[in-house]
Amino acid sequence: MTDVWVVIGLLAVVTMVLKAVGPWALAERDLPPDVRSVLTDMVPAVLAALVVVDTVVRGGTVEVDARTVGVAVAAVAVWLRAPLLLAVAVAVLVTALGRATVWS
Amino acid sequence: MVLVDQAGLTSAQLAAVSVLAGGGGIVAAVVAGGLANSRFLVLGAAAAPSLRGGRWRRAVEGQTVVDAGVVVARRPDGTLDRHVLFGFFATMVPAWVGGTFVGAVGADHLGSLDHLGLDAVVPTFFVFLLGRELRERRSAGVAVVAAAIALAAAPWTPAGVPVLLACAASVIRWRR
Repeated sequence: MTDVWVVIGLLAVVTMVLKAVGPWALAERDLPPDVRSVLTDMVPAVLAALVVVDTVVRGGTVEVDARTVGVAVAAVAVWLRAPLLLAVAVAVLVTALGRATVWS
Repeated sequence: MVLVDQAGLTSAQLAAVSVLAGGGGIVAAVVAGGLANSRFLVLGAAAAPSLRGGRWRRAVEGQTVVDAGVVVARRPDGTLDRHVLFGFFATMVPAWVGGTFVGAVGADHLGSLDHLGLDAVVPTFFVFLLGRELRERRSAGVAVVAAAIALAAAPWTPAGVPVLLACAASVIRWRR
């Protein structure tokens, strides 16, 4: 149990350092527009990668399951400009249905 | 606990705890968790030009960087409204504390909630943020390449590394 708390404490410090490095190193420097646009484009890149990792990867293997279908249907809802809560409701419902039937 | 959650430990905690449970030792567990959170290195750099003050103040302001906050605080020109970033972070704190409390007290009673489809909530949230991002900034090409990189890397790299590698997709619009 102590090990877990030591790990959590160290991990908090590591993460704070990760967040601090960019702002600390770049400081007040004015970045060229090219670099700025690359940094800006990292946000959609991170989001797209997080979606993939949270949707079709489970324990290091690529796996299409009920959750994949649920999020895919929710993505269509988002594309049709559904509000967040509706999209989440659709995802949860489709995933639960899929798990109760095809992936049970 | 606030400090711990603030650092964004959800997926990282999972990675670290699974290494510990597998007998991997403290150092290996921290490395695994750090890799899972490595995207904050990138998000911190992306937020850097929008922060104010000297190095140390910026390093502190950078602590308010969380995935969703960066998207919500975004202006059409790609810079961040730092007050929105701070405000979003502040509203998240009670949710983290509450969630941690419920998890710590009630986890044993809840069991796995996967059959309810709740594991689809977080990815849907990211899909929603991505949708918003794509509509405002036409970065679909970047998103598609990033998704492909993450998918290709996932089977043979530890948690978090696919996301870090996927950031390379952001160079495709270099000198557009």
